[in-house]
Amino acid sequence: MLFVTPLLLVTAVGVAAADLYGTEASVRPETAVSAAPPATLSASPAASPYPPEEYAEAGIALARSADAHDPVETTDSGDASHHGGGYKIVQWEWSYVQTPYIIAIWILVASVAKILFHFSQRVTTVVPESCLLILLGLVLGGVVLIASKKQLYQLEPGLFFLFLLPTIVGDAGYFMPSRLFFDNLGTILVYAVVGTLWNAFCTGFSLYGMKLAGIIDEKVEGGMMEFLLFGALISAVDPVAVLAVFEEVHVNETLFIIVFGESLLNDAVTVVLYKVFISFVEVGPGNVQTADYFKGVASFLIVNVGGTLVGLIFAVLLAFVTRFTKRVRIIEPLFIFLLVYLAYLTAELFSLSAILSMTFCGIGCNKYVEANISQKSRTTVKYTMKTLASIAETIIFIFLGISAVDKSKWAWDTGLVSCTLIFIFVFRALGVIGQTWVLNWFRLVPLDKLDQVVMSYGGLRGAVAFALVVLLDGHKVKAKDYFVATTIVVIFFTVMFQGLTIKPLVKWLKVPRSTNSKPTINEEIHERAFDHILAAVEDIAGLNGYHHWRDKWEQFDKNYLSKLLMRKSVYHKGELWEVYQKINIRDAISVIDQGGNVLSSARLSLPSMASRTSFSEVTNVTNYLRENGSGVCLDLQVIDTVSGGKVEEETETHHLLTGNLYKPRRRYHAHYSRHFMTVGDKERQDREVFQRNMRSRLESFKSTRHKAKGRHKKERSQKKRKGSDAKEQEVNGKPRRNVSWQDTDPVTAPVDSPEERSEEEADKDEDVGITFVARKHETLKEPLKERPKSDMLEVYQSLAVIPPSPTCAEKHLPWKGGGGTLPVCVSMETTKIIPIDLQQAWNQSISSLESLASPPVQAEPQHPRVRALSRAEAARGGNSGGSDSGGSGPAQDPRFHFPNDEENGQSLQQQESQPLMSSMKPPAPPQVSSTQGMGRRPPTFNRNPCVYLRSLVSASPPGSEPRSRGPTQL
Amino acid sequence: MGSRASTLLREEEIEEIKKETGFSHSQITRLYSRFTSLDKGENGTLSREDFQRIPELAINPLGDRIINAFFPEGEDQVNFRGFMRTLAHFRPIEDNEKNKDPTASEPLNSRNNKLRFAFRLYDLDRDDKISRDELLQVLRMMVGVNISDEQLGSIADRTIQEADQNGDNSISFNEFIKVLEKVDVEQKMSIRFLH
Repeated sequence: MLFVTPLLLVTAVGVAAADLYGTEASVRPETAVSAAPPATLSASPAASPYPPEEYAEAGIALARSADAHDPVETTDSGDASHHGGGYKIVQWEWSYVQTPYIIAIWILVASVAKILFHFSQRVTTVVPESCLLILLGLVLGGVVLIASKKQLYQLEPGLFFLFLLPTIVGDAGYFMPSRLFFDNLGTILVYAVVGTLWNAFCTGFSLYGMKLAGIIDEKVEGGMMEFLLFGALISAVDPVAVLAVFEEVHVNETLFIIVFGESLLNDAVTVVLYKVFISFVEVGPGNVQTADYFKGVASFLIVNVGGTLVGLIFAVLLAFVTRFTKRVRIIEPLFIFLLVYLAYLTAELFSLSAILSMTFCGIGCNKYVEANISQKSRTTVKYTMKTLASIAETIIFIFLGISAVDKSKWAWDTGLVSCTLIFIFVFRALGVIGQTWVLNWFRLVPLDKLDQVVMSYGGLRGAVAFALVVLLDGHKVKAKDYFVATTIVVIFFTVMFQGLTIKPLVKWLKVPRSTNSKPTINEEIHERAFDHILAAVEDIAGLNGYHHWRDKWEQFDKNYLSKLLMRKSVYHKGELWEVYQKINIRDAISVIDQGGNVLSSARLSLPSMASRTSFSEVTNVTNYLRENGSGVCLDLQVIDTVSGGKVEEETETHHLLTGNLYKPRRRYHAHYSRHFMTVGDKERQDREVFQRNMRSRLESFKSTRHKAKGRHKKERSQKKRKGSDAKEQEVNGKPRRNVSWQDTDPVTAPVDSPEERSEEEADKDEDVGITFVARKHETLKEPLKERPKSDMLEVYQSLAVIPPSPTCAEKHLPWKGGGGTLPVCVSMETTKIIPIDLQQAWNQSISSLESLASPPVQAEPQHPRVRALSRAEAARGGNSGGSDSGGSGPAQDPRFHFPNDEENGQSLQQQESQPLMSSMKPPAPPQVSSTQGMGRRPPTFNRNPCVYLRSLVSASPPGSEPRSRGPTQL
Repeated sequence: MGSRASTLLREEEIEEIKKETGFSHSQITRLYSRFTSLDKGENGTLSREDFQRIPELAINPLGDRIINAFFPEGEDQVNFRGFMRTLAHFRPIEDNEKNKDPTASEPLNSRNNKLRFAFRLYDLDRDDKISRDELLQVLRMMVGVNISDEQLGSIADRTIQEADQNGDNSISFNEFIKVLEKVDVEQKMSIRFLH
């Protein structure tokens, strides 16, 4: 199996390549690998295997712009035979693309390998991926070796330390569970420092002893310093290997954080020991003076503290920068990557501990950065980091395998290898037991024997050791080749054998596993309360313990750091609120992912979101939801049901839904902009939805008309977007083909109305959709009266919803009685809905809208709890200024004045989210009120159309000013 | 101070406390000296004012609730026994205690008792339920003034929804335990008393 896989892989690459180039498939990978002999991954310039004329063309090739790539690729597909004199239609530009090409191919190979591994569930559950990757590396290395007689690819230390390692450490540091990490910091530090020192010295001395005893062959030249050096580099637990193995094992989180934290923090020790011993080896053991030892200790402190400081400085910097990225969201993730990486490089620059620096940068900035950046950026950062780290890890392991094949690099000594294996294992175990014994005096929750076994067994060595040993200077360290071989064996043994067996071991020992559950809001709140309690109890008991200091730190953080590093809006909201938001979003997403049921209580959480102050954060919630597919609903309660017995039903629903759900609406504008990502919609869907909207709106409208005392207007304003949208409109110049509610209608919006409204209208964003019609009418009463009737009819016909008789509709319009006062506005909430069941959605929005002015339309029975909640919600909404129910005023002042931008943003957000919550329950029976035989027959319209109608009825001289575009387009 | 503490605390008292709370001898004497230093009235009991004099407690959001937890219902004095009994909730669970015979009465620092302590902080009216109002009060204490009532309300609703199983719109103790099932209460509700 294992041997088959790589073969498969090669063909797979071939197939992939074929896709790329078009025709000739299977030969490609071979050429890719073997045709590029001299190019190691480290981008060394290499002689092209292809004719020298290429070089003549290099200038031309360079002169080409980015699209140079495409011609090259097409060349591959084709005809090498076309090489001739004169102008070449296709040219072979291998030397030009070589380096990136090879890198890309390698990454491709690595990724495809991953896919293939995971085809077989059985294999991957038993064998850790890292093992498979190393095996694959061995095979690939063998192939390359046979093909070219020479090992071309190596894990280059430069490549490793500058690119591969940082991606993994960056990911680990940034996503380090900081609370857990700091709770166990003492333990981690002890293991990392004392443990590593212990391992290094014991291994070094013991090996030297073995050498003296003659067990290690004479050929292995080296004095005590050499062996200590080797001990230093071989003793450090490797973060890459630990991550790779432990992530699959799922031991409990305390255990994981201790082993993993140790592997990260021991870097400083390893680096220092390594450097110190190298310098000792270089000057010769005889010349080492006492002062040098002290220098070693001093450099240890400096490397440690310096690395940490550099990391923290960059963390502060990064957090501070992200405070101001509000207007350039698109580069937020970039800042994070750059600064975290710079933390690493800067530490390297001063030869401080780069891993330490990066880790602390990640840990330090995480809290503030996550609070500052948008939800989208969070997702981007997360995925990008994970992708990079995963790829880097894959490449590292493959290259470890490949490097091992190269026999010229190493020399075998059985004594050395076996002694090393035994010593590192024994000393690891001894060290862990000894340290744990001491630590348990101080630990709140002692580490028991099982933990110690796993920790000893989890002392995996990896690529760091390999890179370090390869870095050794063969002239100064005579035994380098032996050390390389031993290191490779040790890595293979720990990663493969221990990695392979640790899972069964953990299972067999019944080591408590991680529960892998996401925190609930209850846990968040209560744990916070616990912290306060503990701090208080420590104070009462007069102990200045951990909680006491943590409490102090949190005060400091709250009073100074957060103030400095967090956006005001975020800072003022407090962490608990953040947590609440996050959990809400998470639940919503999980509900959506699972195709969860929608209860009408969905609104529940959203009104609260509406009152968030930060404009962009708010929109992001919706964006997030959009990204995540079907905009079914945002319902909190479903968590219960989801985990309950409804799973089966739900999967079914899920399939059903994924097939049939309307896609969430996306914005049209800004297709051209690289700063936004948009997706086109389907007109058909739009039309369908629009029609349905119209119908149900009118229906519900009628039913509620008596109750509604006033019309509430939803204002949505989104200044930023408006501009671009308007532009687009202008550019188009002609009516759009799409259904109106999708397109905003900026044209209508900015109508110069005398009322204060105009301002807000101008802010309306493209999402407004249908509403503009209504508004227009409101704002421009007079012109409306002159509307051509025919025009109207046309519109509706095109909608396939023929208005029965406008006059009738008119009668039913609530504002009819209002006489002079205009029906000001119509809620356009529904316009945004992707209505699964429009009726219900409409009910929801109506009831929320009218919470103040009128009793909610309650047609369908609700779950009691839901009802209670929604009632509460409604009440709350009514009270609250900017919240969902929006304007809530009686007719005379239907509009709600938003104090500022942010508020507007919230309301927008609110509206945007509403549709997502539209429920999927069976539609409530249509609420037919006292319609006097009128508009039932044809599908009814909802409010906007009503407005339409009304204006039409009241005065419909034809040929007045042009209709707003949206609806007419239909 | 230490000497005074030991003189005022009789051996047999220590033994009883030891038995009841599981604290070690030295811990008891240490805490007794703390107790007496808090006891400004020097009458062998602590009043609320004595607690409130602790500066850190004044800035602890739940400070007053926690102080209240030291006092048995209806009383405004707590003696050393009571003091120790309350503190004993926060003693870490030790290995040898885990496997104790189940017939023995539940130690004060058991998981349940730790949770009970936390629960009582919320449950002001002692009806064994955290109502929405009670939760809101605590939340209000724990968050800044920047979160509006309605936001807090939604958090509270959410919290109750999540925990509430019987639909009574409040959290009973059992629901409280259930919802914190996965939390390592043993660790998160323990502090290390010096030996």
